Amino acid sequence: MTKRFDFKRFVADNVVVVIFLVLTAIATPISGLSANYIIQDIITRIGRNSFLVFSLLLPVMAGMGLNFGMVLGAMAGEIGLIFAVDWGISGVWGLGFASLVGLPIAVALGWLCGSILNRAKGREMATGYIIGFFMDGVYQFAVLYLMGSLIPMRSLAITLSRGYGIRNTLNLDSVRQSLDNLAMVKVFGFNVPVATYLVVAALCVFIVWFRKTKLGQDMRAIGQDQGVSNASGIPVEKTRIIAIVVSTVLAMVGQIIFLQNMGNMATYNAHRQTGFFAVAAILVGGASVTKATIPNVFVGVVLLHLMYIVMPRAGAELFGSAQIGEYFRDAFSYGAIALALVLHAWRKRRGVEIDRAGLRRNTVSPDAKGGKA
Amino acid sequence: MRKIKEFAADFGWPRIIIFLFLVSLFIVAPFVGVSISRSLSDTLNRFGQNAILVLALVPMVQSGCGLNFGLPVGIIAGLLGATVAMQLGLTGWLGFLGAVAICIPFGLLLGWLYGQLLNKVKGEEMTIAMYVGFSIITFFSILWLLLPYSNPAMIWGYGGAGLRTTITLDNYWSKILNDFLAVRIGGSFVFPTGMILFFALCAFFVYLFFRTKTGTAMTAVGSNPDFARAGGVSADKMRTVSVMLSTVLGAVGILVYQQSFGFIQLYQAPLYMAFPAVAALLIGGASVNKASMVNVVVGTLLFQGILTMTPSVINSILQTDMSEVIRIVLSNGMILYALTRKTKVSK
Amino acid sequence: MPKPPPLLSLQHISKSFYGNPVLEDVSFDVGPGEIVGLVGENGAGKTTLMRILFGMPVIAETGGYGGRIELDGAQVSFKTPFDALDAGIGMVHQEFSLIPGFSTTENIVLNREPMKANAACEVFGDRMSVLDRTTMRSVAEKAIERLGVKLDPETLVSEMPVGHKQFTEIAREINRENVRLLVLDEPTAVLTESEAEILLEALRRLAAQGISIIFISHRLHEITKVADTIVVLRDGKVVKEAPSEGTSVRDIAAWMVGRSVEAKRPDLATRSFGEEALRVERLWVDMPGESVRDVSFSVRSGEIFGIGGLAGQGKLGVPNGIMGLYAGGGSVTLHGKSVPLNDPKAALAMGMAFVSEDRRGVGLLLDESLEWNIGFTAMQIRGDYLKRYLGGLLKLRDEAGLRKLAEEYIELLSIKCTSPKQFAKELSGGNQQKICLAKAFAMQPDLLFVSEPTRGIDVGAKELVLKSLRHYNRDNGTTIVMVSSELEELRSICDRVAIVDEGRIAGILPPDADIADFGLLMAGEVKEEAAHA
Repeated sequence: MTKRFDFKRFVADNVVVVIFLVLTAIATPISGLSANYIIQDIITRIGRNSFLVFSLLLPVMAGMGLNFGMVLGAMAGEIGLIFAVDWGISGVWGLGFASLVGLPIAVALGWLCGSILNRAKGREMATGYIIGFFMDGVYQFAVLYLMGSLIPMRSLAITLSRGYGIRNTLNLDSVRQSLDNLAMVKVFGFNVPVATYLVVAALCVFIVWFRKTKLGQDMRAIGQDQGVSNASGIPVEKTRIIAIVVSTVLAMVGQIIFLQNMGNMATYNAHRQTGFFAVAAILVGGASVTKATIPNVFVGVVLLHLMYIVMPRAGAELFGSAQIGEYFRDAFSYGAIALALVLHAWRKRRGVEIDRAGLRRNTVSPDAKGGKA
Repeated sequence: MRKIKEFAADFGWPRIIIFLFLVSLFIVAPFVGVSISRSLSDTLNRFGQNAILVLALVPMVQSGCGLNFGLPVGIIAGLLGATVAMQLGLTGWLGFLGAVAICIPFGLLLGWLYGQLLNKVKGEEMTIAMYVGFSIITFFSILWLLLPYSNPAMIWGYGGAGLRTTITLDNYWSKILNDFLAVRIGGSFVFPTGMILFFALCAFFVYLFFRTKTGTAMTAVGSNPDFARAGGVSADKMRTVSVMLSTVLGAVGILVYQQSFGFIQLYQAPLYMAFPAVAALLIGGASVNKASMVNVVVGTLLFQGILTMTPSVINSILQTDMSEVIRIVLSNGMILYALTRKTKVSK
Repeated sequence: MPKPPPLLSLQHISKSFYGNPVLEDVSFDVGPGEIVGLVGENGAGKTTLMRILFGMPVIAETGGYGGRIELDGAQVSFKTPFDALDAGIGMVHQEFSLIPGFSTTENIVLNREPMKANAACEVFGDRMSVLDRTTMRSVAEKAIERLGVKLDPETLVSEMPVGHKQFTEIAREINRENVRLLVLDEPTAVLTESEAEILLEALRRLAAQGISIIFISHRLHEITKVADTIVVLRDGKVVKEAPSEGTSVRDIAAWMVGRSVEAKRPDLATRSFGEEALRVERLWVDMPGESVRDVSFSVRSGEIFGIGGLAGQGKLGVPNGIMGLYAGGGSVTLHGKSVPLNDPKAALAMGMAFVSEDRRGVGLLLDESLEWNIGFTAMQIRGDYLKRYLGGLLKLRDEAGLRKLAEEYIELLSIKCTSPKQFAKELSGGNQQKICLAKAFAMQPDLLFVSEPTRGIDVGAKELVLKSLRHYNRDNGTTIVMVSSELEELRSICDRVAIVDEGRIAGILPPDADIADFGLLMAGEVKEEAAHA
């Protein structure tokens, strides 16, 4: 059987990607933004966001779906940054310090999250989502009430005037774009943050290598069949926890990279949309709940952010209201997630039916009269 | 002693802790200068405001579709009812009942579509419901701007196009249920008779429904879909009916909420509205696959009681507003507890 | 010829579950390189015996076992299946235990992958080592070669034919360094005849290499072909241990099912039946694990028709298919009227009722009251137990009527419960079964399907259930089709007994026919001649 390129099938398999391609293809010219502006913005956003999106890969491999609990890592990164600013450690060293502080927190939170998800097998995604909400409350409690009271803070500039709690907006001037500017190189007139890209590249290498390790193989096995993996002696629960811990730690680093580029941090809101953006990006990039690859991440980040850049302007040009454009892109991002999840669930069910039908061909004698099934 | 332990294990420690917490809040209240009668009045008011939204979750839990995080689908139907009724210039009782009448067909239609979708994704309803809810809210945000509403009370004053983010119901049907036969006792206690009666009416309808042939079949589908199938009941049909019922109740629920609140909130406001309703139902003792009227009443009272009491009481004690943190931890902690609890499927 | 000392020796093994003896004094040896064929009906104790050998936790949880297991002359007692694996015992289960998205190689070396250590292992442990793909492949190829079959090491399991999956499983077991004993549980059940042929060939090859094999199969000709020794289990006891040479399939069949008591049915002469009630032609049913390929039979009004056969052969698929619970085709008529398939509601509405073999999964609403359980189907299908209000506009559950119904059947079938409001899950197995019967009786059926009515219930309850079926047939003239794994039971109550094998009716016999004839039908040995008895 020769494998011809089947256009219909390609579209059906990548319907979310195709929809986004079409959308942005229409909206980009309408927006009237210059190609230079768009490309520069995309280059910046790839550096800013892709690390966060990468944190989703491992749990997908381990069959735990999209890890909405990655916001826990984002929170850990933010706590790291608060301390880096408080201690006045600036530049890349500040980022390193923030990661060091964030690391044990991310590991602990990841372990907690993984253990909870082990108790909610089959509904990891909904549970992970709620864990994010729950921990948001705990984070608020720690940052708004404990910091400055129980946890000593040095800098008055970042605490609220009442003496404890961190201000709503944290100025990250001391570490602002320190990684991006470490090696900013002009390529064809565009500023490329080479150091940030190198970090992302290193992560890609790590992921490729990780897939080849025993642990990576175990995760793939568990992702496909927990029962068989368990029977062959692979520690299923522990491996699932490790997947979530690594994911949380990566999200922690990702959030620090994200925030150093932004230059300031909404102390209580910065992580709220992190999970949404990461999940939307990877799904728009063509990933599903059970399969996600490195190209999915890059395609997704580019497409999603292209839409985020052009939609408000397109809305303004078309309807005279940027607001409409913003609603459009929100609707499409949420819609993309919903659609990707629905398609996946639907395909899974259809797959089971096709399997049965295949079996039936073997079991039913060819001359038996067919029923209406 | 063993009985108590069994009861506690069955009812769940989190619920007992929440209950004791609320009781202690009421005990402490007078000592820190918070008026009990006023608190009770507020609690009752918020109970009536939210109870139907909580009630709306029951049919889907009973039919085995899980916690309806897609409640915003119903809320959208309700918002359509309210805005259309206002656009038609209906006021007072006519306005409120008109809104109810208009929202029902929208609810049935959206519910049917939503039900068809959920039948295709059995087993993954909850996450998908969440994102269907988010999608429909953001999608309608566009429509609120584009639909040709023209009542000046509703649209942006300057641009002239698109609905406002919040539309006041003064002069329409603000507090129409709250004030109906309301009883004032003492200085600060008001019993919102009309609203409570309306909830009781809705709850009674749902109660009756679950005693019909269809309602019985629906419960059986939720309890054991294979049994129901063997008994000649179509699980997909029952699930669709439950989703439609849930959506219509959500629509009516948001109308009651709005008339008590005094405003229609559009755009992103209803985005997360399903979560407190889900938390309330679970606090009332429901599980992911069983819920009753008692769960609705008890859960809404407890949850709204805590939301009312924590800001005032905790503020007075600690001189700081921790109610937001308590609300987040409590409601999501409760949902988390329910999701991670080994669902008691007896097999 | 003196036998070499045995590799495995089972001595006086006994085991009971909750007071019910399942194995009693089972002893036999397996010599090195010997193939032992283990046969027995369902429930004869094969599975339990293998679970004991493998140290499955369920054995210890239910009180352990009696007797001794010796490996190489030394007593062993495995706490977990991993201990058994370490001792060199491999097991191939009936269901495949493979990772679908992995290749043959990856599955063969699953969790025993050869690895290359690196710096990361020093910090994070062995699991950070990189897999050594080249060695993995050569190891897998070696195992495949030992088996002597053709298997591509790089094909994904999900894209393989069934036979190759089975070979992959076996290759995985023999890939262990120290494997000495291989247990295969019905390995040919899913294979085509030619694939089974290759498998038997491979087994002989392995035995020649010195690996001992316990081979469990119901296909008796396979047993006689490949086994050196045949061990027959019946009701938890070894009834026969014989060399395969000189043993005929008929002998084994008789040992397998034969009980000393002869079925005496003096009542048969006096039974009389009406017109043809049910006619089934060329029925196929896609029920996982119980597929029906091509079944035809007819039942007369007032008759009790039995369907027997070994597990997995498709006897359960027959009632499930006719009642519309699993996809099927063919033609079914009830009193001359065609029964639409794949439509449970229509099947019920035509006056058929079904007591499912899956009592807890399909038969009961465990978390609801007995009233609901008994009355539900009658309410949904016949509209019984609904009270009219507002001139018929509103119809609500008739709680009093449901209660009365429940009380009636609790009395009639002497169901032990605290009240009709009790939850079904709180009842014992036997009483739950009676609730299922009550549910079917409440439908006042014209034709009743009963599937495995006595499975998993105690002796007393068994008697009661069978008696109530007999009485129901006698008093109401209801036609009954009873499906059961217990041949004795079928022979004691049915007017005719059909035996299903490999999705087809192997033959229909009177209940007092020779026991060996039943055995042969079950073992699929006389398909052709008996097909239209």
